[in-house]
Amino acid sequence: MVDGLETRLAAGKVKVDKFDVVIVGAGPAGATAAYLLAKAGLTVVVIERGQEPGSKNVSGGLIYAQIYDEIFPRFWDEAPVERAIAGHSVVFLGKKSATAMDFRDQALEPPYNSFSVLRAKFDPWLAARAEEAGAMVMPGFTVDDLVVENGRVHGVRAGGDELHADVVIVAEGTRSQLLKQAGLREDYAPKDVSIGIKEVIQLPEQTITDRFQCLSAGEGAAYTLVGHTAGAEGGGFIYTNRDTLSVGVVAKIDSVYRTKRQPHEILDEFKSHPFVTRLIHGGEVVEYSAQTVHRGGFHLIPQLYGDGYVVAGSAARLLLNNVMTLRGMDVAVASASAAAEAIIDAKAKDDFSAEGLASYDQYFKETSVYKDMQTFKDAYPLLENKRLFHQYPEMICSIMEDMFSVSTRPGKKGYRALRDQMKEYDVSFLDLAKDMYQISKGVVI
Amino acid sequence: MTLNQLSLDDRLGLDRYEIDEQSHISVDHSCCESCEIKPCLTVCPAAVYVWAGNKVAIRYENCLECGTCTVACEGGGEGGIDWRPPQGGYGIIFRYG
Repeated sequence: MVDGLETRLAAGKVKVDKFDVVIVGAGPAGATAAYLLAKAGLTVVVIERGQEPGSKNVSGGLIYAQIYDEIFPRFWDEAPVERAIAGHSVVFLGKKSATAMDFRDQALEPPYNSFSVLRAKFDPWLAARAEEAGAMVMPGFTVDDLVVENGRVHGVRAGGDELHADVVIVAEGTRSQLLKQAGLREDYAPKDVSIGIKEVIQLPEQTITDRFQCLSAGEGAAYTLVGHTAGAEGGGFIYTNRDTLSVGVVAKIDSVYRTKRQPHEILDEFKSHPFVTRLIHGGEVVEYSAQTVHRGGFHLIPQLYGDGYVVAGSAARLLLNNVMTLRGMDVAVASASAAAEAIIDAKAKDDFSAEGLASYDQYFKETSVYKDMQTFKDAYPLLENKRLFHQYPEMICSIMEDMFSVSTRPGKKGYRALRDQMKEYDVSFLDLAKDMYQISKGVVI
Repeated sequence: MTLNQLSLDDRLGLDRYEIDEQSHISVDHSCCESCEIKPCLTVCPAAVYVWAGNKVAIRYENCLECGTCTVACEGGGEGGIDWRPPQGGYGIIFRYG
């Protein structure tokens, strides 16, 4: 029966029996929900449009480990993670200089904080956990539509076939095409979505270990860089994998078309900065990729469920961005696990209406992820503050340069250097005060 | 080859695709006439949308399936792009991701 289903669905001829749960998308949200629900004894099928799980998926590349560890204890022993991240740096890029703030965990040991991952390797591992637990994972099928009757979702349509279920988990990722087609979500505003573009750059494993001052090939570093993004509002990232680097830029979509610079040109500008060039020197680009990234925002969390369906992960625009960390893959897992609990409740009551699935909200609100989104809700406007991306990175570098330079001209104390740079970059004291307030409200106090 | 010498086509040439004969993207060209910004021409990381004299040409086979075009078109353009995921197994295949 199990083996035959895939063939029969592929042939598009035979009506398939009803499942408890149909999940669209075998990313972290879909695979985690499948794993938990199959373990609880529900019949689960996951439909994935890529040839393999992960083959359509792109992320900057850091997963925060704690939430995964709760569901898949010590996953790092088995899962194809790249490097455990020991170093986090925030770097402000000036025209030809850089000012960095470095944090490094000097005694990296379990439980780890975060890992770099490559999705084409990591996602198949997660999907295999779901299969092991009894879920059926069917890659290579695109879900064309949700089956909706009288406002209730009854299943999905794929390749002319209908697959029915008590509940559908929409975990289709950032673009959330099915919800859009079914009229179950609003259009996204370009200011609320960013484009992430990335290159995977190959370098010898030992070169990466040495260049990023790691003690071993299992240890890695993560850089968040601000400035030098061709006038677009966003930032760059560099993450170390085993024998590759993930290098990219995330920029708000509206700012990209306002600057009239194509994404790969923004990436070129970023890569041309000496700070970046030095780190990627000698590497060979082996893949070019892109993905939309929700800007994240507490006030943008949508209705997560309705009659016969729930939404999890990026499809529900769940993302946490507090400038220091950009979290999507752990947020996805937390929402999927809350959704799975709610579906287990609904199954017990045999009520898959919106009311029956309403405990999803409660469970999600109990997660640390939701609480973090609430804590950092005021970080949201920071991404709209142009001075943070254009003036301040250069100003910070210029002030540092003033402080460190010894020349035949008279030197300056810090305050004088600051005032001179404010004049140079046309930033008033009121601007500075407002921005300091915004930053402290967003991420400090 | 130094890293900065890669053109967009060089980059796209590194990627693996299973190209469908049918385009998964269609454009209502009447929308483009009144579209002032034409954000699709700028934002697509694969330059799928190219202005061909009097209308947009679609190089769908280069699509990275990121979703940027529809967001930009709906909010900054006239909403003429209809993007559907390629049929199962087709389109971009990320080997790293």
